[in-house]
Amino acid sequence: MSVTSPLPHDAARLHVTGAARYIDDIPTPRGTLHLAFGLSPVARGVIEAMDLAAVRAAPGVVAVLTAPDLPFANDVSPSIHDEPLLAVNRVNYVGQPLFLVVAETHLAARKAAKLGDIRITEETPILTIDQALAADSRFEGGPVIWQKGDAAAAIAGAAHVIEGSFEIGGQEHFYLEGQAALALPQEGGDMVVHSSTQHPTEIQHKVAEALGLPMHGVRVEVRRMGGGFGGKESQGNALAVSCAVAARLTGRPCKMRYDRDDDMIITGKRHDFRVSYRAGFDADGRIEGVEFLQYARCGWAQDLSLPVADRAMLHADSAYRLPQARIESHRLKTNTQSATAFRGFGGPQGMLGMERLMDHAAHQLGLEPVELRRRNYYAEATGGPAPAPAEPPRDISGQKKGGSGALPQTTPYGMEVEDFALHGITAALLESCDYAARKQAVAEWNAEGGAIRKGIAFSPVKFGISFTLTHLNQAGALVHVYQDGSIHLNHGGTEMGQGLFQKVAQVAASRFGVGLEAVKITATDTGKVPNTSATAASSGSDLNGMAAQIACDAIRDRMAAYLAEAHQAAPEEVRFEAGEVRVGSAVLSFAEAAKRCYEGRVGLSATGFYKTPKVSWDRVKGQGRPFYYFAYGAAVTEVAMDTRTGEYRILRADILHDAGASLNPALDLGQVEGGYVQGAGWLTTEELVWDQQGRLRTHAPSTYKIPAFSDQPDIFNVALWDGCNREETIYRSKAVGEPPFMLGISAFLALSDAVASCGSAYPALDAPATPERVWAAVRRVRG
Amino acid sequence: MTIRFLLNGETVELSDSAPTLTLLEWLRETRGLTGTKEGCNEGDCGACTVMLRDGDGARALNACILLLPQLDGKAVRTVEGLSGPEGQLHPVQQAMVDHHGSQCGFCTPGFVMSMAVAHLNGDRDHATTLAGNLCRCTGYAPILRAAEAAADQPVPGWLDDDLPGHTGDAFRPASADELAQIYTAHPEATLVAGATDVGLWVTKALRDLDPVIFLAGCDDLKGVEIADAELRIGAMTDMNAVRAALAPHFVSYAEMIRRYASTQVRAAATIGGNIANGSPIGDNPPALIALGAHLHLRKGDARRSLPIEAFFVDYGKQDRGPGEFVEAVSIPRQPDRLKCYKLSKRFDQDISAVCGCFNITVEGGIVTGARIAFGGMAGIPKRARHVESALLGQPWEAGTIRMAEAGFDADFAPLSDMRASAAYRLETARAMLGRYFAEDQGETGTVLEVSA
Repeated sequence: MSVTSPLPHDAARLHVTGAARYIDDIPTPRGTLHLAFGLSPVARGVIEAMDLAAVRAAPGVVAVLTAPDLPFANDVSPSIHDEPLLAVNRVNYVGQPLFLVVAETHLAARKAAKLGDIRITEETPILTIDQALAADSRFEGGPVIWQKGDAAAAIAGAAHVIEGSFEIGGQEHFYLEGQAALALPQEGGDMVVHSSTQHPTEIQHKVAEALGLPMHGVRVEVRRMGGGFGGKESQGNALAVSCAVAARLTGRPCKMRYDRDDDMIITGKRHDFRVSYRAGFDADGRIEGVEFLQYARCGWAQDLSLPVADRAMLHADSAYRLPQARIESHRLKTNTQSATAFRGFGGPQGMLGMERLMDHAAHQLGLEPVELRRRNYYAEATGGPAPAPAEPPRDISGQKKGGSGALPQTTPYGMEVEDFALHGITAALLESCDYAARKQAVAEWNAEGGAIRKGIAFSPVKFGISFTLTHLNQAGALVHVYQDGSIHLNHGGTEMGQGLFQKVAQVAASRFGVGLEAVKITATDTGKVPNTSATAASSGSDLNGMAAQIACDAIRDRMAAYLAEAHQAAPEEVRFEAGEVRVGSAVLSFAEAAKRCYEGRVGLSATGFYKTPKVSWDRVKGQGRPFYYFAYGAAVTEVAMDTRTGEYRILRADILHDAGASLNPALDLGQVEGGYVQGAGWLTTEELVWDQQGRLRTHAPSTYKIPAFSDQPDIFNVALWDGCNREETIYRSKAVGEPPFMLGISAFLALSDAVASCGSAYPALDAPATPERVWAAVRRVRG
Repeated sequence: MTIRFLLNGETVELSDSAPTLTLLEWLRETRGLTGTKEGCNEGDCGACTVMLRDGDGARALNACILLLPQLDGKAVRTVEGLSGPEGQLHPVQQAMVDHHGSQCGFCTPGFVMSMAVAHLNGDRDHATTLAGNLCRCTGYAPILRAAEAAADQPVPGWLDDDLPGHTGDAFRPASADELAQIYTAHPEATLVAGATDVGLWVTKALRDLDPVIFLAGCDDLKGVEIADAELRIGAMTDMNAVRAALAPHFVSYAEMIRRYASTQVRAAATIGGNIANGSPIGDNPPALIALGAHLHLRKGDARRSLPIEAFFVDYGKQDRGPGEFVEAVSIPRQPDRLKCYKLSKRFDQDISAVCGCFNITVEGGIVTGARIAFGGMAGIPKRARHVESALLGQPWEAGTIRMAEAGFDADFAPLSDMRASAAYRLETARAMLGRYFAEDQGETGTVLEVSA
């Protein structure tokens, strides 16, 4: 059986031989032009004049476009049409595209783009959370507030109150392949676009708007991305639209790729946050009420900031049952890059707020941090798999779960937690990593009082799976069986390294009972599967796997019906396995069966359509079931830290992660390992620095430091939790793209633990905990 | 200029390419060899790594900041030339498939090439050989497993290359004498040694450079002579070679060089270039100052030597006249009392926020010599003279350290930037003196020496 096999990535051989094609590797027709943006050097102001004569006169320049030159829509926003492709009248951040250079070569375009003479009347930019609050610069008019019960009253009556505030830095995606697009003009004004995007349908939509075409005039194709991580959910729009417009105007193919520095200066990143918390605990360390204030720095345009900030609110509980809760979220508008989707989509910031609160509470209350967490966990699920989905989504009353056994346990947004698995995962992880003894050893090391301290910490993950914008939870697939038995597979998901294509191919192979070599994986193509959602929210396998299964089953059922009739058997007795089709006593190869069906005039092509059941969500009220289910995991990280300089290393990390009944354990482990390291990077060395003029100072790998090879933990034990999804997902697997990212929180907490050994005060680390911040925290706790 | 080299086993001869065309751009745009990727275009990510062989053996280099004339007479292999003639995978390629070492695959050709070079050279220090390859997907664990799995496999025979002959012209001198002659005639020329700095003038600052003198052929400027009194390092000695030569003599300096840039950058970067470009954050100068090194300069047939700290006059200004070049640097032989503390956000391949180098001699419990120098603390690499004086003649004990620490305030007024604040720089510089003392007393020096 193909599903559950730990097969390599479908393109692994192409990757290692350099034969895997990315956008910039696609051979281009003769005469292809190359594009580059001229960028705003100013964070906020009014454009008085743009003298582009030198740009136009530069060698190799074919055309230079400004906003008035755009034939139709001047907008690349994924949300509320607030993001002009080329600036109109005003500039809103350093790096905003002002004009577009079209030239014979990439280098000529880049050189010419530096030659613009731009006169801007500067205004004082709004750069920080404090400046935005002072100016009341925000999206949505005011804060969003969700409440469960009366948190303030609960806190007022609590035995202990824990209060604090901290900063959480953003994160650059640093996909290794920068943003890129290639537009090929077609007959009749149509356009074909190759884009490095997680969201081909949106590229199609924005290009159609920009060309004044119906969507059917634009076809978008994506074979693979060199990494996405959310950074290619909306940020590719500008390049694709530029290429399409320039191709329309010149009649020549146009390609655009950002140089790394431009990429980092132009595109959005993870939202940085400030989280303030106030919580009441009873004498046993159980939370009675909690209040969170979340401030998200969204940048200059709305992009996806509202659902990002929503997801931060949705994960403010982390893994804990909060009897009373109040969560207030401010979405602040600043003169910086428009922050965008990034693995976890606000969830990590929301969870980190809660885990920070737990860390602070354990310190202040003198409780063992894991014990404090377990006391506050939701109760464990005890039932078996959920019944098959019913519609409308109302089947939550029958199954009560949990050790407390009493009332349904709900999140602060009113969703019942039915599948909680962290008690079991936590117990297993603590045992496998020898937590208690190592914690003791760390304490003994630190008791020596040396300059180098150790820290160890645990953190859990409970991550909600589904798009919170309910209508996005749909997917399509297109499957053909050819008369030689080979299978063409297509679906709406995009491949960015996560192995989605292989997982869905494994599903298809399993449905037909054939080997994987029979299944041709093909590029995502808006001409094959329309109206797709972004490959995001960890939903790729859940949605597209199901859609592919439905399409395969439709063909299989037709084949079975035909062959059964021909062999006077019942259709349900026809078996597709091991490359063969068994009908009664007859055994055909799958290829023979396909040929027979073709000759019998059986339709061997089908679409599949899937929509996630049970979800319904009112984001204004903050009530409902935004998630189909939760994915779980836990990590323990041990660090060593030098009090003299704040330098540190991750010595060991142990992870147990819940991928349900994994479709491909090798690919899932890859997501877990990579997610942890990326999450730890976010909270440690990855620091974005803007200066007072709003210029990003860390715009290349020379200054922005993602984890390098030696930053992986010396000892790195990663395992999948042996479980299956309670809900009826594809082969009962669970989404695994984003959840492991948040395992990296344990590294941040381990640093806090190491710092705490230096004195009595709480370390109160801000993120990222760069060596300098760790060093400053050591000084703080020493008083 | 005419350039001749071997590309994946085939001889290539170019007669009219621009001197600043990078190998990466040429491979991708002219040859259509798109397996070699552009990730950052500044030598920091390794996605463009290629294998380069010459008389000194095989090295991994970043093609994005390698200028074509640097290749003359050498053999280059790209990922397209790594598999066998029948499409057989190289052992590191097979191991990367078997161990799930690729996810998005964009960094993979670069990794594979770094791994193939290390495999060829029998180098199993994977953390060091792969420090210059960034991967954003895997977290590196499966790549490490792949590197370990491939290590014992034999090197495939198809990688053998016969080197083509050099071409050469006046702007590509073959000796220091020829260099002295052409540079005297063209003092306005840009000298290119390894191009790890000049390459960025081309790819990032988008400068047109002309004329350019390529030093790669000056073999007599390469290598380390170990004499009774001194180590003399030719200016064109690359930093991997410097590391290897210094390791037996100055352990901490060699370890600092291990963290200096990456394997690929060190394979191109030269010690002369690192000194001559005068960067206030170059890591060699503070170590060399602490060791009392001398710099040897030449213009035409005129030579002079000076203590290396005297070379750094002010920010962006060095004591080097038009047409004058660095010929060598010499380090007096001495007991290894040097400790180099490179402080950065990330351990590997990160520019130092502070690089503190301490060389303190103690005899009979009394400090008899102290040379302490820092990078990142001023506009130039600079000695901590107040600290040195406070230590000299004093008993080697904690009280002396505490007293001497005050000297840092007089010695340095560092700046704040994206790497570190002024206060952090000053305080960690101070703390490094304490670390030096503690290490001397047998305590653990850094977290790199600690395990779980």
